[in-house]
Amino acid sequence: MTGPDPISDALLAAQILGVGSRLGGLALRARAGPLRSAYLTYLRDIAAAPIRRLPPGIDDARLLGGLDLAEALSTGRPVHARGLLDEVGAGTLILPMAERAASGLAARIGAALDAGAGFSVVALDEGVEAEEHCPAALTDRLALHLTLEGLRARPLPDAPAPEVLGHARRLLAAMPPTPPEAFVEAAAALGIASMRAPLLALEVARGAAAIAGRDNVAAEDAALAARLVLAPRATSLPPADETQPAPEPPAPSAPDDAEKTQDPTPSDGIPAEVLLEAARASLPPDVLAKLRAGAAAARGSPGSRGGGAGPGGHRRGRPQGRPPGDPRGPHRLDLVATLRTAAPWQPLRRKLFADPPAHILISKSDIRVRRHRQRRERLALFLVDASGSTAMGRLAEAKGAIELLLAEAYVRRDHVALIAMRGAAAETLLPPTRSLVQTKRRLAALPGGGGTPLASGLEAALTLALGARRRGRDPVLVVLTDGKANIARDGRPGRAAARADAEEMARVLRGAALPTLLIDTSPRPQRPAAELAAALDATYLPLPRADARGIGQSVGALMAAP
Amino acid sequence: MRPSFPFAAIVGQDEMKRALMLSAVDPSIGGVLVFGDRGTGKSTAVRALAARLPEISVVAGCPYNNDPAAPNPDCPHCQDAPLGRKKKVATPVIALPLGVTEDRVVGALDLERALTRGEKAFEPGLLARAHRGYLYIDEVNLLEDHIVDLLLDVAASGQNVVEREGLSVRHPAQFVIVGSGNPEEGELRPQLLDRFGLSVEIGSPQNIKARIDVIRRRDAYERDPAGFVKSYARKTGALRRKISAAQALVAEVVTPDAVLEKAAELCIALGADGLRGELTLMRAARAMAALDAKTEVEIAHLAAIAPSALRHRLRRDPLDEAGSTARVLRTVDAVLGAAKTA
Repeated sequence: MTGPDPISDALLAAQILGVGSRLGGLALRARAGPLRSAYLTYLRDIAAAPIRRLPPGIDDARLLGGLDLAEALSTGRPVHARGLLDEVGAGTLILPMAERAASGLAARIGAALDAGAGFSVVALDEGVEAEEHCPAALTDRLALHLTLEGLRARPLPDAPAPEVLGHARRLLAAMPPTPPEAFVEAAAALGIASMRAPLLALEVARGAAAIAGRDNVAAEDAALAARLVLAPRATSLPPADETQPAPEPPAPSAPDDAEKTQDPTPSDGIPAEVLLEAARASLPPDVLAKLRAGAAAARGSPGSRGGGAGPGGHRRGRPQGRPPGDPRGPHRLDLVATLRTAAPWQPLRRKLFADPPAHILISKSDIRVRRHRQRRERLALFLVDASGSTAMGRLAEAKGAIELLLAEAYVRRDHVALIAMRGAAAETLLPPTRSLVQTKRRLAALPGGGGTPLASGLEAALTLALGARRRGRDPVLVVLTDGKANIARDGRPGRAAARADAEEMARVLRGAALPTLLIDTSPRPQRPAAELAAALDATYLPLPRADARGIGQSVGALMAAP
Repeated sequence: MRPSFPFAAIVGQDEMKRALMLSAVDPSIGGVLVFGDRGTGKSTAVRALAARLPEISVVAGCPYNNDPAAPNPDCPHCQDAPLGRKKKVATPVIALPLGVTEDRVVGALDLERALTRGEKAFEPGLLARAHRGYLYIDEVNLLEDHIVDLLLDVAASGQNVVEREGLSVRHPAQFVIVGSGNPEEGELRPQLLDRFGLSVEIGSPQNIKARIDVIRRRDAYERDPAGFVKSYARKTGALRRKISAAQALVAEVVTPDAVLEKAAELCIALGADGLRGELTLMRAARAMAALDAKTEVEIAHLAAIAPSALRHRLRRDPLDEAGSTARVLRTVDAVLGAAKTA
């Protein structure tokens, strides 16, 4: 069976958006192209209310309203401007390049939607990679999720006449409440945590029914809602080999047997299977793999990590001149610089007035802001295996390699930290520092011997790296080991337990998406180290093949990457 | 503006509802941190609670929400306002958007007046507006660190001190911070976690019937907000009376030494750093007793509140899949188990 045509679904979605209310809007994943342009025209033709385009870099004053600086300065009294969110009213807001939208912008639009603003949002997500996507704070509130990727452009039909849509709106307004059971069950079976999804699906199904000219939701409306709302949000597939018996006759006393949650017969006659079937059919077969990859990327992607680590920190760091600007944005007003700019113009400006005012005449072009730039510092984190097995072979060589790296780090003014794995547990020999002398001294004094507490070492590295990230540094991890763990995380010896612990810790580290280089210090390249590198998603470099210069180059490449 | 969703109509999420109510009974417990998936009703609950709290009386026209009974001598608005000019307003809930600037939070030079009239005046920020109410931060884990630092500092001291651009202003800012977020998208620094009084972890209801209830009620609310709120008027009234009664009672609640000892034992067993955990535990248990209309804290109160008060204060173990909640519950059973049944 061929699935429903995605383009006709998309057209229906546009009509539902034009007819329904409380839908939030539409998230459209597509690159700019003829098909998207044609689709946007179609949307525009349907929309009854105005459509406004929202520039991605919009400032708060323009978005939410505020002082109109230019007007206020020229008239000498406060003039307030309305924000775009006010102006759009019940219309449609188009957000181009939604994948680049700042989380703050998404949060503000989301808050306005939550507060019951009547507009709907069309978020144009032009992301190429899986991890490039519109902030989830916004997409979660938008009912319809569409993708036009991979579809061939074709001429689209004309939008339905306004009378047709008006009729659908009247039908929708008169429609009796729809029982939500099937939608809730389908959402739960698809692993959708957000409770907004079933509610939005319900509204979409009602809109679809109205457009089809029905006065109540039919199975095909529910199926459409499942394809447009539920399927794109699915995080797990319901078991495909579900051999449910034919739906039993609906029992009117269903609510009191709460235990029978699997009961697929909601009272409204649309079984959840219809929705699930529709959702399943519209998912590509490899979707689960993709979902998992997507989830992992989202967790580890540097853009999504917390705190002020983002590059937009304009408040700290070195001052970067005093350019003209708007002090209501991320930059702060530099009062002195502003007055200094305005001063020479005073006599001229005063001549413009018959009766010059007493205060200084400042125009918008005088305003200077303070801008700071924060240089992102890097932290090279060395995790050195100083166990007996390494000490025998290559500890001296590893030390030499590190010293070379240190010299390079010193030139770049990077921070360096040193953790040794030796004996029962890892030891942080040197917390992040810029002191080359100290690092060299500690390194030289590092004796070899004892076991390899790999898990404990990785844990210490993770803690340090996360701490550095919170301070706005970019950590890079360099592990020098032969990968032969023999001390478990709790300090007890034992190869099997040690390996299991190390593997598990490596998985956690991988989730932190830390650029990692693993240098194999064993005499010959060996399995354990290569396996550890794979588990860490690290670049693997066997020492025998790498002279110190090679290592330096590898680390340099790793550090230049972000 | 449509009326907010009734607190009493929220299905499940008992721990979150309880934590929010406790913070209303005794604001000194500190803020509430809600971690959970999107669309699980975090912001709905916060707004819903504040709308049902007893109204506060403020000096009319005062941007700092000052109490007419205790006017701030430094506040020009309170000084200018004719005596007795006061009004009742709902407990404020101020939402702090992501990407907010420091100026907006603490207040800044009033550009409008500075540029057009040449006056140096202070434009109060969000902290002033949140005084005596709630400051709600969605996605607190994504907020810039220096803003979070600032918020927690003000919340702890109850005063906002502004020294910038030639302004020197201080004004009271006592509020309860409610932060929410999705832990998968970023974590809070441990120092910050510790500053929140209570933390709750929520998810969407696992039971289909509860989920259906959520959707049904939400749908009914969306259809007719005013009518839906009205249908919960009785439950809302009862809730408001319960909180008012507890607010009046909480100062009288006594804590027996035996309970204090158990609280200390619990914190030591869990290795919760610092005394903040114990303090919060005791305050929360007292508020819990007050909500129960009891004048003495019982071990059961302690056991009930321990997960919320302590789970975010433990040292994190990156490999512990079960999470801190399980650890707290295990320890609660071990330490309080005998006492609870006794």
